[in-house]
Amino acid sequence: MIPELGHFALVLALVVALLQGTLPLVGAQRGDRRLMAFGDVAALTQALLVASAFAALTQAFVTSDFSVANVVANSHSAKPLLYKISGVWGNHEGSMLLWALILALFGAAVALFGANLPESLRARVIAVQALIGVGFLAFLLLTSNPFERLAPAPPDGNGLNPLLQDPGLAFHPPLLYLGYVGFSVTYAFAIAALLEGRVDPAWARWVRPWALAAWCFLTLGIALGSWWAYYILGWGGFWFWDPVENASLMPWLAGTALLHSAIVVEKRDSLKSWTVLLAILAFSLSLLGTFLVRSGVLTSVHAFAQDPARGLYILGFLLAVTGGGLALYAWRAPSLAPGGLFQPISREGALILNNLLLCTLAATVLLGTLYPLFLDLLTGNKVSVGPPFFNATFVPLCAPLFAALCVGPYLGWKRAELGPALRQLRLAFAVSVIAAIVAGVAIDSRSTLAAIAFGFGVWLIVGSLAEFAGRIRLGRGPVGDSLRRLRGLPRATIGMTVSHAALGVVVLGAVATAAWHLEAMQTLKPGEAMRIGAYEATLSGVENVQGPNYLAERATLVVTRDGQPFTVLHPERRLFTVQRRQIAETAIQTNLLRDLYATLGEGDRAAGWVVRLYLNPLAPWIWLGAALCALGGFISLSDRRLRVGAPTRKRTLQAAE
Amino acid sequence: MRRLAILVALLLLAAPALAVDPSEILKDPGLEARARTIGRELRCVVCQNQSIDDSSAEVARDMRRAVRERLVAGDSDAQVFDFMVARYGDYVLLKPPFKLGTLLLWLGAPLVLLVAGAAILLRALRRRALAPVPPLSEEERERLKTLLGR
Amino acid sequence: MNGRRLLFLLPLLTLALMAGFFAWSLMAGRDPSAIGSALVGKPAPKLELPALREGDKPLGDALLRSGQPTIVNFFASWCTPCLAEHPLFMRLKERDGATVIGVAWKNKPEEARAWLARLGDPYRFAGADLQGRAGLDWGLSGVPETYLVDGSGIVRHHFRGPITEKDVTATILPFLKGGLGGGLGGGKP
Repeated sequence: MIPELGHFALVLALVVALLQGTLPLVGAQRGDRRLMAFGDVAALTQALLVASAFAALTQAFVTSDFSVANVVANSHSAKPLLYKISGVWGNHEGSMLLWALILALFGAAVALFGANLPESLRARVIAVQALIGVGFLAFLLLTSNPFERLAPAPPDGNGLNPLLQDPGLAFHPPLLYLGYVGFSVTYAFAIAALLEGRVDPAWARWVRPWALAAWCFLTLGIALGSWWAYYILGWGGFWFWDPVENASLMPWLAGTALLHSAIVVEKRDSLKSWTVLLAILAFSLSLLGTFLVRSGVLTSVHAFAQDPARGLYILGFLLAVTGGGLALYAWRAPSLAPGGLFQPISREGALILNNLLLCTLAATVLLGTLYPLFLDLLTGNKVSVGPPFFNATFVPLCAPLFAALCVGPYLGWKRAELGPALRQLRLAFAVSVIAAIVAGVAIDSRSTLAAIAFGFGVWLIVGSLAEFAGRIRLGRGPVGDSLRRLRGLPRATIGMTVSHAALGVVVLGAVATAAWHLEAMQTLKPGEAMRIGAYEATLSGVENVQGPNYLAERATLVVTRDGQPFTVLHPERRLFTVQRRQIAETAIQTNLLRDLYATLGEGDRAAGWVVRLYLNPLAPWIWLGAALCALGGFISLSDRRLRVGAPTRKRTLQAAE
Repeated sequence: MRRLAILVALLLLAAPALAVDPSEILKDPGLEARARTIGRELRCVVCQNQSIDDSSAEVARDMRRAVRERLVAGDSDAQVFDFMVARYGDYVLLKPPFKLGTLLLWLGAPLVLLVAGAAILLRALRRRALAPVPPLSEEERERLKTLLGR
Repeated sequence: MNGRRLLFLLPLLTLALMAGFFAWSLMAGRDPSAIGSALVGKPAPKLELPALREGDKPLGDALLRSGQPTIVNFFASWCTPCLAEHPLFMRLKERDGATVIGVAWKNKPEEARAWLARLGDPYRFAGADLQGRAGLDWGLSGVPETYLVDGSGIVRHHFRGPITEKDVTATILPFLKGGLGGGLGGGKP
């Protein structure tokens, strides 16, 4: 009964979305206030309906209702409750429903929190949001119905992929989708602005909180995915340039560029067409990611089950959304009024460079991900594009970006001089060079590149903090003076400093883990020991353990440091009985400065077990840094200026024109 | 216990993980380091996007062994890669070769950067070369004074 | 002004190009995990292996350069698809008189022999590749895989996976009659 209600709710939601996508647009065109206001009501109704559908599906999973095909395919009665819930979105149909839900919720959010937007803009944004929702709801109802029934109902389900039965991965999709779908709102803003024919500082001020929110969630989603890969895949890697990872990185890069580009529109009424393009691209890249994962054109460890028919539908949808947006852009953008002029050396110039580099980085990732497909179709030749390619092309491009990142905030608008800015950064530069030299000499003299990269990480942190110190005149006057300035600083500035410095933290963590980790591997029989760094690990035994839906071999490794007992690690190998899949559970001991990481390989009592130990320096900084980055974004989001006193378009001047 | 042992032994699907076995490690640490570097750049042909070092597939194990044998026999890194390419094609290289077919791949993004950057610079320079703002005429100065309320 | 318009059209054109490729890929039913073979069109790799069947001479390269087209089939007794294609090889041997060289890949020789004894032996020559070294030389990624080698030792065609009836009529029989020249330089993925 409940799944049918959920299904019905989806159908109703589609109808509402159709109305929501058309009537407000008509209303905005004609100035009809009632039609425009209808958009708000429709958005709230749609959110309610899709939420009900989602609740219905969740109920089916939680109660293990095996008459629903989706539950049979992806769940099992013995699965723990958390994974029954996360199993709702751990499959194609359910994750599409999650997309639709977040889409509807964001639409409702615009209706609820967009009171400061002019009516016509809000109506258009809500309408575009609804049209996107139509695409997803139609896709769900036509090809990927999560509520299909099975008769007769089987006694139990097929269980969830063991890789997905993990707390980290349970939250990875929702966070990621909050990011992807958040960019649908900025897309809607861009379309609305193009339809109105006007992009101005007010628009940029309104768009910013949505772009920030989406960006923060996407950052957290990607970081969580990377962290999950690190602790589940068993050898300390955290980024593999897998097509699906790339598919999430591209919208992130575009979103970062969008965030920064919008600042220029807001402050200087310039870079409008570029900002609008970025808003369209950020969401388009999100959709492209969805397409790549579900269509089967690329192989990936992440991909859902392949289905060319689904792929064609999503491609059509992608064409409609992106093609429509870009066509509108090609038509309307050239007539956007050009804004303030500026010199090449200026904050605008720095932000243009920022845009350019981020877009090139995104293009690199796009090219690398799609090239094998294109080459294969055109010539039949097969090539692989893997991590070595991206390390050779993506990483070097980050250097100018990082270098300019610390200089940019020192430059003034419209016209600035490089000299004074660089002078202020002398100390930061010196510290970075020293850090690089120390890293190169003291840690590992073989890898100069790693030392240089390490220097860049330090540069990012010290440079950002130096700029911040300069702003509050730290050390150049009484402390009270600095504290007063600190209190008066807009939150957006604090957020910027936090995020920029956090990027440095991530770089340090990534470089240290990738370049300077220690590795030890040995076959141990119970009682034997192995060394890594200053630690010695003794395998005291391996026992068989029964979990809720798996059997495991659980090793006990007693770790000592300089002879003193340090910790006990329990790496496992779990065999999930339903799917007959084996997953290694790593054991990690962290002190937030380095990870001691143990995995259990194959083996038996007679021959011993393969034990692998890793010491990953600064690994926790990768994810702490990413979380800090997102925190900076949230701090910026809480800036009062974004909510209170948001500008209304100056009517008096317009009347005079 | 026995059931567990049998179940575990029935394992067919490999979990992604570093798959290099202690028994494969070469005695010479220099050669082993080279083997690992090379292994990271060779693709496991039966897996989705994994290097031979990360895959526990049979074929990956064979390839790892072959790499080490060739290194012990004195091949250079380039020769080991050529050995693999001769058998499996360019597909086996995780870093695509730099040849005519992959020019666009390697140069595409830097090209975009250069072209876009040049275009922007040119526009900026051209704008600067545009006629400078002419000074205000007398009439315009009078208007300005009235507007400013002086 | 027109140049500027073109610039604004660029993103849309790029999208159209990409979408064209995606649509092509989806409609052509391209299998992204298919990788073809690097050997087609090139001289066959060496095939020096101990004989599988007792009393036979060991396999040597001369077998591949005998002037007659040969089929090289990698198989194993533990491989289920090999079971599926086995009758086709029997027919090739008995009805068409094809020279088929079998290689038992990563298969204990006694188990391979028992399998052949049970099902029938389509191989004029057979070798044992217990370690998988020959497999590596031939770019094998699993079994079964089949190569068509012409009389002068050049690999003309490659099948990954079990051969089908269609493969026999469309490709293998013409090859045996000497039909596959340099024109057919592909491989069934």
